[in-house]
Amino acid sequence: MMHMQDQAILVKGLQKSFKQLHVLNGVDFEVKRGSIFALLGSNGAGKTTIVRILTTLLKQDGGTAAVNGFDVVAEPDHVRQSISLTGQSVAVDEILTGRENLIMIGRLRHLKNSRQIADELLHRFGLADAADRRVSTYSGGMRRRLDIAMSLIGTPQLIFLDEPTTGLDPEARLEVWKTIKELANSGTTVLLTTQYLEEAEQLADRIAILHEGKIIANGTLEELKKLFPPAKVEYVEKQPTLEEIFLAIIGKKAVK
Amino acid sequence: METVNNHFFSDVGVMLGRSMRHIARSMDTIITVTIMPIAFMLLFVYVFGGAIQTGTDSYVNYLLPGILLIAISSGISYTAYRLFMDMQSGVFERFHSMPIARSAPLWGHVLTSLVSNAISVLVIILVALIMGFRSWAGPGSWLAVAGILALFTLALTWIAVIAGLSATSVDGAGAFSYPLIFLPFISSAFVPTESMPPVVRAFAENQPVTSIVEAIRSLLEGQPVGNEIWVALAWCFVIMIIAYLFAMRVYKRKAA
Repeated sequence: MMHMQDQAILVKGLQKSFKQLHVLNGVDFEVKRGSIFALLGSNGAGKTTIVRILTTLLKQDGGTAAVNGFDVVAEPDHVRQSISLTGQSVAVDEILTGRENLIMIGRLRHLKNSRQIADELLHRFGLADAADRRVSTYSGGMRRRLDIAMSLIGTPQLIFLDEPTTGLDPEARLEVWKTIKELANSGTTVLLTTQYLEEAEQLADRIAILHEGKIIANGTLEELKKLFPPAKVEYVEKQPTLEEIFLAIIGKKAVK
Repeated sequence: METVNNHFFSDVGVMLGRSMRHIARSMDTIITVTIMPIAFMLLFVYVFGGAIQTGTDSYVNYLLPGILLIAISSGISYTAYRLFMDMQSGVFERFHSMPIARSAPLWGHVLTSLVSNAISVLVIILVALIMGFRSWAGPGSWLAVAGILALFTLALTWIAVIAGLSATSVDGAGAFSYPLIFLPFISSAFVPTESMPPVVRAFAENQPVTSIVEAIRSLLEGQPVGNEIWVALAWCFVIMIIAYLFAMRVYKRKAA
């Protein structure tokens, strides 16, 4: 089917409640293969719930979700084979070294050349010098980079990044943005959740805004800009100004 | 599906390798686990021992089995702790979104518990030898002792798994082990039950620790074991199976 081929994610009428709380009230969206798709929403909007359903960690109450053509409920093993999750909390092993973390994931993905893949990723993510240090000595940005590097092992077609820059300082955020852009350039589909407007603006091909369990807007940045009153756009522009000042002072340039 | 099941043992192997590295890099956990029982052993042998009438020549011989059980009871609290940390840190979430055997991360922790408790039991036996412990047991009896201790460790480890999975704080994850550490004191581990008041004595004679202690004691003394060993084994099996079933239920609920 043509449809299956271009859709990395197809979500229809997704529903999820936790006891009395309706977190998702019929969520629909599609993600094209090879694109960066951002789910934008405030805390508690349901972004993580969507990611957890799509990565087979949680079962929905209603609706359907297909990832790389596989239904998340009927064929979870096929879904897991074709994705990687970089969750909200950094999922690296603090007591192991960076290299050991990467090799461990390679072994769990049953790859023959885990050691070589680990070496390549350490270089690519600028962690070669810290490779044999315990992760507990890494900075926040380094941990997140290692976390993302671990998700690339086994070259999954689709990567979920759940708030990848929350809790990072602006410098580290820029490092992570650069990594994500490179990822997309190599053809991997990325679903990104974020509460930072600028992050979606910088990275995403399409942005969906999740509010009270529903997608209330979905389009390219240009399309969304037309939808919103100018006042809101001005507010968005104020934030990077402060960030630019900060970065100028410490001598770094924002990613363009 | 097939591929996932075929990799169960290799996945568990990777998990075991991971947590053995944790133990090797934080030897303090094993030291903490062994020091308290060794302190008890010194205290009871050299301070209280003179006043305790057990009807045997060597008090070290009499009390070693109980000390070993105390060591295991406190050792398994680290299993709960490690499990809790994995749940908190998002490491489990990463594992569960990967195409690996569902229960591999859990079995990794259970095997680690067996290995680390075996290490601390060996250390304590060595200290006991220095303190004058002697055994007349043949290889078969030693094997039986090892088997009982392994079963006891497994039974308590599955209780620790329940605690580690359902705790909401680090302290909570470890607190369940306190009553377990206390149980040997109200048994025949340190003093013969005949000296206790009737109610306490009835409890002491019918709780699991007494039968386990007496079975191990008879085996180490090279004496014929009576019914105790079957009662001991029955206790271990029943606790293990019930705790295992509960733990698996909690695990399935927590890990979708």
